[in-house]
Amino acid sequence: MIDRIPIDAVGIQERVARVCTRSIKKESKLQALDLALRMMDLTTLEGSDSEGKVRQLCNKALHPYTELPNIPSVAAVCVYPNRVALAKSILNNSSISIASVATAFPSGMSSLIIKLDDVKFAVSEGADEIDMVISRGAFLSGEYAKVYDEIAQIKEVCGTAHLKVILETGELGSLENVRMASDLAMKAGADFIKTSTGKISPAATMPVVLVMLQAIRDFHETTGRKIGMKPAGGIRSSKQAIQYLVMVKETLGNDWLDPSLFRFGASSLANDVLMQWIKEKTGRYQSLNYFSND
Amino acid sequence: MSEKNLSDQSTRSNQASISIDWSYANAPESTSHVSFSKHYGLFIDGSFTEYNENQSFESINPANGESLYRCTEANKSDVDAAVRAARKAFKGTWGTTSGTQRSHYLYRIARMLQERAREFAVLESMDGGKPIRESRDIDIPLAAAYFFYYAGWADKLAYAFPGKSPIPLGVCAQIIPWNFPLLMLAWKIAPALACGNTVVLKPAETTSLNALKFCELLQDIGLPDGVVNIITGSAKTGEYLVQHPDIDKIAFTGSTGVGKVIQQSIAKRQLPATFELGGKGAFILFDDAALNEAVEGIVNAIFFNQGHVCCAGSRLLVQEGVAEKVINLLKKRMQHLIVGDPLDKNTDIGAVNSKEQLETIQRYVNTGIQEGATCFESSGHLPTSGYYFPPTILTGVSQSSTVVQEEIFGPVLTIQTFRTTDEAIEKANNTPYGLANGIWTDKGSKIFYVGSKLKSGVVWSNTYNKFDPTSPFGGFKESGKGREGGISGLHAYVKLDHNGGMY
Repeated sequence: MIDRIPIDAVGIQERVARVCTRSIKKESKLQALDLALRMMDLTTLEGSDSEGKVRQLCNKALHPYTELPNIPSVAAVCVYPNRVALAKSILNNSSISIASVATAFPSGMSSLIIKLDDVKFAVSEGADEIDMVISRGAFLSGEYAKVYDEIAQIKEVCGTAHLKVILETGELGSLENVRMASDLAMKAGADFIKTSTGKISPAATMPVVLVMLQAIRDFHETTGRKIGMKPAGGIRSSKQAIQYLVMVKETLGNDWLDPSLFRFGASSLANDVLMQWIKEKTGRYQSLNYFSND
Repeated sequence: MSEKNLSDQSTRSNQASISIDWSYANAPESTSHVSFSKHYGLFIDGSFTEYNENQSFESINPANGESLYRCTEANKSDVDAAVRAARKAFKGTWGTTSGTQRSHYLYRIARMLQERAREFAVLESMDGGKPIRESRDIDIPLAAAYFFYYAGWADKLAYAFPGKSPIPLGVCAQIIPWNFPLLMLAWKIAPALACGNTVVLKPAETTSLNALKFCELLQDIGLPDGVVNIITGSAKTGEYLVQHPDIDKIAFTGSTGVGKVIQQSIAKRQLPATFELGGKGAFILFDDAALNEAVEGIVNAIFFNQGHVCCAGSRLLVQEGVAEKVINLLKKRMQHLIVGDPLDKNTDIGAVNSKEQLETIQRYVNTGIQEGATCFESSGHLPTSGYYFPPTILTGVSQSSTVVQEEIFGPVLTIQTFRTTDEAIEKANNTPYGLANGIWTDKGSKIFYVGSKLKSGVVWSNTYNKFDPTSPFGGFKESGKGREGGISGLHAYVKLDHNGGMY
């Protein structure tokens, strides 16, 4: 059903190293910071997420930095299904989407019925985007058809909501598996493929994301469909974010430099981007005390 | 900072959700920390001779075609003086210097190269046109690595040649090319000194600067006078040097044409000589390889250092079933290679070393097209002044094409297809050269099978253009004789047929 495509891990690392030598300065840095902010899925996925916590996150999404009312807003906030309605009520009049994890996140260790219900619930509460997890256990034991069917059925109950498929690459064991899971998810109907839940280490890494970007490029080549990419977890600094953007540009081209096709799943990245953004504008760093921790 | 100001500035915030045309702003490496003279004498017997305008030539910065500095064209009497100084040092101070002390000098050179790496990197890019990314990350660190490596051997030669007594040859005449000026200097000088020889070295006419800066470094570390002498000049100077009656060894890196001339001129003499000459490396890509990484490998094989690499993988041999896919991927990748100012940190491909070389490359591409090749060049912007050539691939070529047979020494890749493993081997070997080849496959056994059949000094598998001081480097057939690097590199600088050596 899905071909196993050879990947040379050493070659991938060399390519990544070369991407990281790009020196992004001045206007191109500002553009990148602007993009990074607009591509951000501001995320909170803790068992301790209370109404207050989610409210706080949504406010951050709406007003990243009060002194700069015109600063671009983030793409989405990402929460658990039972917090979707609350987020919706706060963000209703904004351009910010509500993303919800579902399908027995983060392990995916439940029955398909429960996973489908999880998705239906999140959608009915108002989620615009569903971040599902694949069944890694099934994938690793070679039950590719099962993984495929799950994705396809979940896609169906998503309705108009966009489906992001989390591969949890930190559990897949090899870059070949990452490529195979990417191909499988895209064929099964993913709108986005996403690296990680953020609950497993390592989360997003550049080699893994490069392999996924290559899969997206080849899928576009054969089907004409543009699939989005979302690295999640582990991206904390503007510098890292910019390196990812360079990799996207040089693998997929400028078309993918858009929130509709690329997202960062992150919680602490926003403040660093804001700080760099202000530094580029003013030539000075602001004290960390001026940025709200949410 | 007024808050009002800040808000005003921020109104540029981008509301459009259409993708942007993001390109990289200029990121030039600073040149404020480097200095060099407008003119140089020759470095003979530990000091610079006086510069004489009437006996000088100009060196051009290939990035803009402007004059960079002038240096001295060494004439016959200069060459005599240099060889005399080297002989004196060999008989005197250096001859009595122990291996341990020689090792200390070489370590000092290596450390100083590391300390001044930025300066040497910037000068290398200004003088030769190579991108700062490469001079900073490859040329200079590797040059230091070769000195470190051979420093380690200087006091352990007896272990390199068990049961034998290695003794130095004497005065070594060394001539190096313009593609890796400082690195080739390191390849030559480090093993020569480690083995106890003295050196007269001639850098290439277009790239003398770092060799001359290296002399300043030698003065700083207190290397005894006359151990290393650097004479600049054209082919004429080189001719004086190799024909000098009092040299004990020739080490030449450069074109096969010049190598043949030197071999003819020394045919009557019992003179040890090593040659590292041209190449026309094949990059053999099997259909079971990791194709994306192979495409990156092709970029490293042919677009590294503007293709001015003797071991460049300038012939792609790709298995028919994946040829279309690979060419497609390669074309896309080429669009992201930035050709431009060598000192810009984002430049992938810098300036062609000289106007003459640029014309040579253009001539070859024209010949290729006349012979029926299809030419694809990346569409990026080229600077208007200076010598630049875009990354180029030629398809529709065959084994008999001029561009497949002859070394172009530029960012030009020829692409041929093959059907079977044996056909690939035959095509790879079917050239007068034999310096380097690359094999790309996911299958280990195939690497060993093909590798054992290839007639070349270097075979890389699933990588290309990787250099390491511990690894011997050299050619088969018309690509040269002798090896540089590793223990083999010591062989070229010692005599073993004596009883009772220096240790």
